[in-house]
Amino acid sequence: MGWLNAVVQGLLLGGLYALFATGLSLMFGVMRIVNLAHGDLAVVASFLALALVSGTGLPLWVVLVVTVPLFAVLGYLTQRALLQRSLSAGPLATLLVTFGLSIVLQNVLLEIFSADTRTLDGGSFATGSFELNGTISVGYLSLTTFLLACLALTGIQLFLSRTGLGRMLRASSDDRETANLVGADSRHVYGIATAIAFATVALAGLMFAIRSSFDPAIGPSRLIFAFEAVVIGGLGSLWGTLLGGVVLGVTQSVGAQIDPALTLLAGHLVFLAVLAFRPQGLLAGRTT
Amino acid sequence: MTLLSIRDLTVHHGQLRAVDGLSLDLAEGEVLAIIGANGAGKSTLLRALAGLNPPTSGSVHLKGRDITRFPAYMRVSEGIALVPEGRRLFSSLTVEENLLTGAYRRRPGPWSLARVYELFPWMADRRRQRAAQLSGGEQQSVAIGRALLSNPDLLLIDELSLGLAPVIVGRIYQVLPDIVATGATALIVEQDVSQALRVADRVHCLLEGRSVLHGRPQDLTAEQVEQAYFGIGAETAGKGRD
Repeated sequence: MGWLNAVVQGLLLGGLYALFATGLSLMFGVMRIVNLAHGDLAVVASFLALALVSGTGLPLWVVLVVTVPLFAVLGYLTQRALLQRSLSAGPLATLLVTFGLSIVLQNVLLEIFSADTRTLDGGSFATGSFELNGTISVGYLSLTTFLLACLALTGIQLFLSRTGLGRMLRASSDDRETANLVGADSRHVYGIATAIAFATVALAGLMFAIRSSFDPAIGPSRLIFAFEAVVIGGLGSLWGTLLGGVVLGVTQSVGAQIDPALTLLAGHLVFLAVLAFRPQGLLAGRTT
Repeated sequence: MTLLSIRDLTVHHGQLRAVDGLSLDLAEGEVLAIIGANGAGKSTLLRALAGLNPPTSGSVHLKGRDITRFPAYMRVSEGIALVPEGRRLFSSLTVEENLLTGAYRRRPGPWSLARVYELFPWMADRRRQRAAQLSGGEQQSVAIGRALLSNPDLLLIDELSLGLAPVIVGRIYQVLPDIVATGATALIVEQDVSQALRVADRVHCLLEGRSVLHGRPQDLTAEQVEQAYFGIGAETAGKGRD
């Protein structure tokens, strides 16, 4: 394992962080909701996939294809039924609602699945890899995750820039009242934003689950990665989020190369440095 | 034919009764100007018509249909578009994207992107610029274009002249006849009284949320308007002819 290899692994991991952070960034950008349950939602997706795999015996890719759209629908309903009500009561109310949701989700998972640590078995796909020029080995799973993340981010970017609804999402983010004036039903627009956020977090949650172990209480410690990716990259920019995720991934990976105990600390330090010296993020922009 | 009919409309702006039992009718194809001093309730009236401020009492009918309780986005489908005070363009969107947001509801009608570019020829060349980079007058034109793309039957324009040089204001008002010629009806709120009298078929002067003078511009004397505007000599109130 050389330094270059560490950078490549970090880059690939960064794609996953970016995918994971996208929903957080989107929900904040469009609705000003800080979703504290974001990490737990990823864990719910992990457990749901686990239950589906062990319950039905379906192959993993089918579970993936089922879970992601299911979460999108769930996101739309959560927005319309739960978050929309709290939005009118101010930003503190939504923060409390998502905090409450986080606790509820953790305890429901604990009740159903117990506190045991689990993994989602990806078979040979999860452990296989190929060699690049002898020193760098790239895992199939890492590469697939990275490509999926890029694909998802590109898709969202195209949706936001090319479609009428996507344009309205950005318009609502700029000025909600005027968006209503030109015909946007905020509840629907917000529902769509939440649906995208939930779909991406489910995809990220499944990737995390194949990659490493998870338990019902791990959500909040995952959430911090999403926050860090968003803040490092710059709030409200999808490409910023990708950059933030990559910076975080590479830092952690290079940190681990120095000393495995440094993995998380290195990421946090870069995050703090960005907050201190460039609080607007590396790519300050507003495209979402 | 009557397009818009407002009956005993009362709208509160916070604690303040900004519009107080106002009634007025608007015929199809007409330009009605609402003038009045600061705080007379002009903008609140337009916001209520666009669905942003819910009325306390009274009713609003558009083409005979009661839309009093409709939210803003549904009124766009019904054919109401507001050019809001201060332009309110979407700052992170380009000029063309701003215009296209107006077409979100896909209401059929004469206005298309090409038609708006015909009305404001400079816009086509600068359609990829961010709206925030435009001058005030240009932003105002984009805001009008955005409203037109929703193909409204009733175009509400709030304080078009706010913060703009008179020569720019005059130039923007020049397109109003073209807009009305396509079949739209316009209700404009204007602080610049002489400008309002020049472009309008009829004028209402508001004072403390009530209509104190109304009539055709050529039938009103400068003195009448001045007195109604400032609320001097309440005995002349309501004497204007329709």
